Amino acid sequence: MLYFQRWKIALILAVVLAGAIAALPNLFPASSVANWPSWLPNRQIVLGLDLRGGAHLLLEVERDSLIKDRLETLTSDVRQTLRDARIGYRSLAARDRTVSFTLRDAADGDRAVTALNPLAAPIPGGLFGGATVSEVSIAREGEQIRLSLTDDGIEARVRSAVEQSLSVLGRRLNALGTTEPTIQREGEDRILVQVPGLEDTSRLKEVLGQTARMTFHLECPEGNITDALQTRPPPGCEIAQPLNAGDGPVLIESRARLSGDDLVDAQPGFDQQTHQPIVTFRFNTRGATVFGDLTQQNVGRRFAVVLDEKVITAPVIRSPILGGTGQIEGNFTVESAQNLSVLLRAGALPADLTIVEERTVGPSLGRDSIAAGEIAAVIGSAGVVVFMVVAYGLLGVFAVIALVANVILLFGSLTALGATLTLPGIAGIVLTMGMAVDSNVLIYERIREEARLGRSTISAIEAGFSRAFATILDSNITTLIAALALFALGSGPIRGFAVTLAIGILTTMFTAYLLTRLIVAIWVRSRRPKAVPL
Amino acid sequence: MPIRFIPDETRIPFMRLARIGFPLSLAAMAVSLVLFFAVGLNLGIDFKGGTLIEVQTKTAEADLGGIRQTLESLGLGDVEVQGFGTPNDVLIRIATQPGGDAAQQAAVTKVQQTLGAEDYTYRRVEVVGPRVAGDLAWTGTISVLTTMVGVLLYIWFRFEWQFAIGAIATLVHDVVLTIGFFAIVQLDFNLSSIAAILTIVGYSLNDTVVVFDRIREILRRYKQMSITEVIDVATNQTLSRTVLTSLTTLIALFALFFFGGEVIRSFTAAMIWGVFIGTYSSIFIGGPILIYFNLRPAAAQTPDSAPAKA
Repeated sequence: MLYFQRWKIALILAVVLAGAIAALPNLFPASSVANWPSWLPNRQIVLGLDLRGGAHLLLEVERDSLIKDRLETLTSDVRQTLRDARIGYRSLAARDRTVSFTLRDAADGDRAVTALNPLAAPIPGGLFGGATVSEVSIAREGEQIRLSLTDDGIEARVRSAVEQSLSVLGRRLNALGTTEPTIQREGEDRILVQVPGLEDTSRLKEVLGQTARMTFHLECPEGNITDALQTRPPPGCEIAQPLNAGDGPVLIESRARLSGDDLVDAQPGFDQQTHQPIVTFRFNTRGATVFGDLTQQNVGRRFAVVLDEKVITAPVIRSPILGGTGQIEGNFTVESAQNLSVLLRAGALPADLTIVEERTVGPSLGRDSIAAGEIAAVIGSAGVVVFMVVAYGLLGVFAVIALVANVILLFGSLTALGATLTLPGIAGIVLTMGMAVDSNVLIYERIREEARLGRSTISAIEAGFSRAFATILDSNITTLIAALALFALGSGPIRGFAVTLAIGILTTMFTAYLLTRLIVAIWVRSRRPKAVPL
Repeated sequence: MPIRFIPDETRIPFMRLARIGFPLSLAAMAVSLVLFFAVGLNLGIDFKGGTLIEVQTKTAEADLGGIRQTLESLGLGDVEVQGFGTPNDVLIRIATQPGGDAAQQAAVTKVQQTLGAEDYTYRRVEVVGPRVAGDLAWTGTISVLTTMVGVLLYIWFRFEWQFAIGAIATLVHDVVLTIGFFAIVQLDFNLSSIAAILTIVGYSLNDTVVVFDRIREILRRYKQMSITEVIDVATNQTLSRTVLTSLTTLIALFALFFFGGEVIRSFTAAMIWGVFIGTYSSIFIGGPILIYFNLRPAAAQTPDSAPAKA
């Protein structure tokens, strides 16, 4: 047990050295590491949001609103299809996940089903790309026909909504100028956004959470808002509430003439006469044509700019606008004009997203946590060092050397793996230091026992190492199982704890069993001790 | 010369002490369960949902009463305002708002607007919506259970089945008493508490496995020794190690408790408790279970009936 081949010695030392090199950049400030020559390691440990400050937002696709949207589209598709096929119907209605209507003439049944069949055509969206699912199922019962959204279809919609949202959110974050944001999918219908080092999250939340579906509507050609509020809006029209509490509601056509999808650019600016903040926008070619025709034919009517079903502004068209550009004046502040142009440039979210979890840590708390963690680590390790030396003398010193190597290896591994260090992670390191010496304690106690049983010094030491090994293995593997479960449970900080605990167990097994044994072997060979100094 | 913390050759009759300890533990577990159901845990926002805002006053010491009064007038339901660490730090807890996830965000905005940004720094904002809270509670429970099963399988694989039962009994004991601890002290029970429980499970197991390892070794070496005697000898032989390791771990934990900051204090408090009961249970729970499940059947105790295997 105490004989090491040369290559083994070299290997053990090489591992410790590699750990030290990987850990080295952490001792220097990031600014100086950035200037190091490229052959030096320049990776530093990644600090978690709880240490550097930042926002962690979990957003969820609103399934209900998605279904509601699909149902509305389906209803109008059905109406359009039946009208085009000249099929008479009555009581067309949408409930839960089903659109149903009754035929005026039961003989039209087959014709209606044939006409509606394209709506039930499969859409791509199986789990693995290639598969297709049918989004709508058609059922007929005598004169009544029902079209239902299928579960598979809804799942496919949710999945694609998450996919699209990922890229929209990415564009929005970029436009906000945040540094190193991460956006990732979580589970089936959630998206995790992490933005480090952000002081004020209210703007972030405003920009991320908004669906930003912009539509352009003409004012309803008949009726007026007062009558509509008292009774009901004329067919094909609806009442839109204003975004600014000061304005009144507007009676608009339900049909949107143009939408945000037709925009190619939006920028904040100032009106030349009033000097109020405005948002200027530019349509694509199709949009420009439609917008031109529309303004030409409807001079004198009001034109409503609607964002997420609220009217931003509804000016009267004074003259045709043919260039495809325009401006929105809507009682903006400089910031809200900026926000709106960011949203319009990045595009609308395909579905409403709600913030279901938020964890924001201010940079000052992060700094305090790092400081507290450092103090605790220094005091904790000093305590352990003193204790080991008092309890085991020279062998205690060996254990302390192993402990130092352990911490270096732990930091080196965390750095090399790109693991994130969190506050619970620091706790994990401190705890590892406390538990790391357990392996040394196991070995030393065993050596003592073997010596008491009358073995010679060398044979007691050998027996101590070999007999303690099985125990060290068993006890560490069981702890490793717990660490893995923690990792699986892990959200952010907790996962950081699990990672340091698990890596700590591995480095502990290395330093306690190999490194300590090497040190003891060198000591035994050079000093030839007569008795175990325990 | 090194100091001996535990004298050599102790002969503490642990299994005789366990005749008192074991029933006491059962009683403590019963009390914990009663407390858990009658008083309940002080569930944090991770599992209950709701909002937690940590603010720090920029100049004057925080006026807790004033803040409480201001926030209570907002009509956000149950608002809890409490000092936290230094006199400048305040923790504000708001119960889950009716009206889904968006309502939680609205509540945060309301608080931030009311308190303003002039006098206060917002150090931490945590909002957990009702749906996420449910998910977290579920994964938390699952992870504790999977750990137990994983450990059970590993020990079953490495030792005889009685050891696996003993280890699981020890773990159940530790988890139940830790939950009892949370119920008595009314510390916030959140995700990091689950992490604490899992770490306690890991630590306690570590301890149990060391004792079990020694029991197995002695069982193989002294075939005539009664199981009670074997456990006593094994426990005494490993006592020095048990105590020393607990001490070094406690040194590290106390450093974290006193200097590691408020954010992880409840986590370390639970861990410290866990080290005590984890150490206790490997001796006073694991051992008696081995005896009860008849680890060494009477037949094997006659000297020549059992062929030497180890």
